[in-house]
Amino acid sequence: MRNWLVPAALVACAIALPFAAPTYYVQFVSKAFIMGILAMGLNLAVGHGGMVSLCHAAFFGLAGYILALLSPGYDAASLLLTLPAAMAAAAIAALVIGALALRTRGVYFIMVTLAFGEMLFFLFHDTGIAGGSDGAYVNAKPEIAIAGYRLLDLASPAAFYFVVLAFLIATIAVLTMLVRSPFGHALAAARDNERRARSLGFPIYRLRLIAFVISGAIAGLAGYFAAAQFGFVAPQMLGWHLSATVLVMVLIGGLRSVTGPLIGALVLIGLEEVLKASTDYWKLAEGLIVIAIVLALLGGVRQLWPMIFGARPDAPPSRRAASPVAEGHNG
Amino acid sequence: MDLVTFGVQLLNAVQYGMVLFLVASGLTLVFGILGVINLAHGAFYMLGAYLAYWIAAYTGSFWIAMVAGVAIAFVVGLVLESVFIRRLYGRDHLVQVLLSFGLILVIDEVREILFGKDVHSVAPPAWLAGSIQLTDNLSYPVYRLAICGFCMIVAALIFLVITRTKIGMIVRAGAENREMTRVLGIRFDVVNRYVFAVGIALAALGGIVIAPISTVFPGMGDGMLILSFVVVVLGGIGSVAGAAVGALLIGLTDTFGKVFFPSVSSILIYVLMAMVLLWRPNGILGRREV
Repeated sequence: MRNWLVPAALVACAIALPFAAPTYYVQFVSKAFIMGILAMGLNLAVGHGGMVSLCHAAFFGLAGYILALLSPGYDAASLLLTLPAAMAAAAIAALVIGALALRTRGVYFIMVTLAFGEMLFFLFHDTGIAGGSDGAYVNAKPEIAIAGYRLLDLASPAAFYFVVLAFLIATIAVLTMLVRSPFGHALAAARDNERRARSLGFPIYRLRLIAFVISGAIAGLAGYFAAAQFGFVAPQMLGWHLSATVLVMVLIGGLRSVTGPLIGALVLIGLEEVLKASTDYWKLAEGLIVIAIVLALLGGVRQLWPMIFGARPDAPPSRRAASPVAEGHNG
Repeated sequence: MDLVTFGVQLLNAVQYGMVLFLVASGLTLVFGILGVINLAHGAFYMLGAYLAYWIAAYTGSFWIAMVAGVAIAFVVGLVLESVFIRRLYGRDHLVQVLLSFGLILVIDEVREILFGKDVHSVAPPAWLAGSIQLTDNLSYPVYRLAICGFCMIVAALIFLVITRTKIGMIVRAGAENREMTRVLGIRFDVVNRYVFAVGIALAALGGIVIAPISTVFPGMGDGMLILSFVVVVLGGIGSVAGAAVGALLIGLTDTFGKVFFPSVSSILIYVLMAMVLLWRPNGILGRREV
């Protein structure tokens, strides 16, 4: 029972936030949650699947563009129609890119995903689709309406926040179930010892492709809400610098956990906010911090979090459950 | 397309491919010997172009800019290897990716502090500044021809060093079987340092020679990084000959793609990459499982 106390308290705090904090912070936390969804989705591929992908920003941005393209002029788009469409587009892109990239391993995989991600970037940057390099506006936030009656309008920051929070919790739930399922164990087995997993008869290519597609669809979910929040999409949303930044979030939070990357996202976005406010050269500071984090991790510790606090935090149960599959677990 | 236009486009393709080769060979060498994937490679290409602009503006000589730019990049490479890159040997690709990403952020910002974010141009050396009249209304810049020639000389030098010298032998042996080479008494800490510095210098050299025909702008490193990756994926990682093949293929695809299919030219090279991945996932000249 105690295992449920901390997550429940955190969720209660998250629900209470819009009633206690100014709108600016509600929007800021919404943004951090969206990046958290993206980071957790990416970690299904990176941490659980062992696939270091540098094209998740492309799935993220693609979904955002789908919302921009499907939004009817100055009217609000229907969330129930456009969200599935955006996630499906991201999933299809992940299926095609994944099917090709998974023919390779390791460092090749990184380079191939980076290149295909940039292909999508150039597709939106160089061609006239949705404004080219200038980007496009999402003039009205999506809504859920039945027969002209608005059930949910994302234009209110608090409503937007609650919807994002709901999807955040849903993402955690889905990912936790996936990682704990036989599918998740097989995926982890393929990551830890590909040859052994293959000789045990696991269809490794298919396992990894499925994980990659789900991961891409979750990135699409995040991209949809990012586009809705800012009301604007630009090719930079698809660029690989964002992919790499999200990888940093994953590394900060911990590769083997489900919710770790969410913490990583909150830490890094909070850090960026502080740096932007305090120095003009915030990218220099961020670069140095990224280098410092990586160098600190090279000490042989895989996770930064336990390093800072001395021990593995055992509050959220999902994190402990997501630890690497025990030897012989798959036999 | 008449023969002269075709010839001009072919020259453009080869010239583009040769510059790509310079940059990509540095990347593939560093990966082949050090086993490190360096995302900051494109940043050094950009840095080379800015150094060329900066030094040429001060001294008025492109040649001084070239020599000094390469020397600076080489020294920066030596320093970076001994401070950061050394720690990445044998590590997860993920930490290599992120450390070099951190380096990109730092280099980009240092560039902005030193040179600003304006777009610059660099004048080619005076005696290479003219053009050759081909037909009544078609001429070809001498500098582009000079790039072709220069890059071919550098490429020949790289091949000679790798295939004919003792240093090349050590490099090839290291790429083949690092442990065995170490056991034979080769000091890999030293070899690694110089290979990394040479790789960085090659990237900077690419940026320097391209500066007079392209503009010098902040985002130029990113585009080059992606192209170098595609070259390496096409040719096979760690293989310098593969890099040459991949670079020429991309030069041809991109140049003639722009002529024949202008609307989709920007994604043609990725289609090429997808086809090679279906055909030979380890690259055209690649044989190792990576």
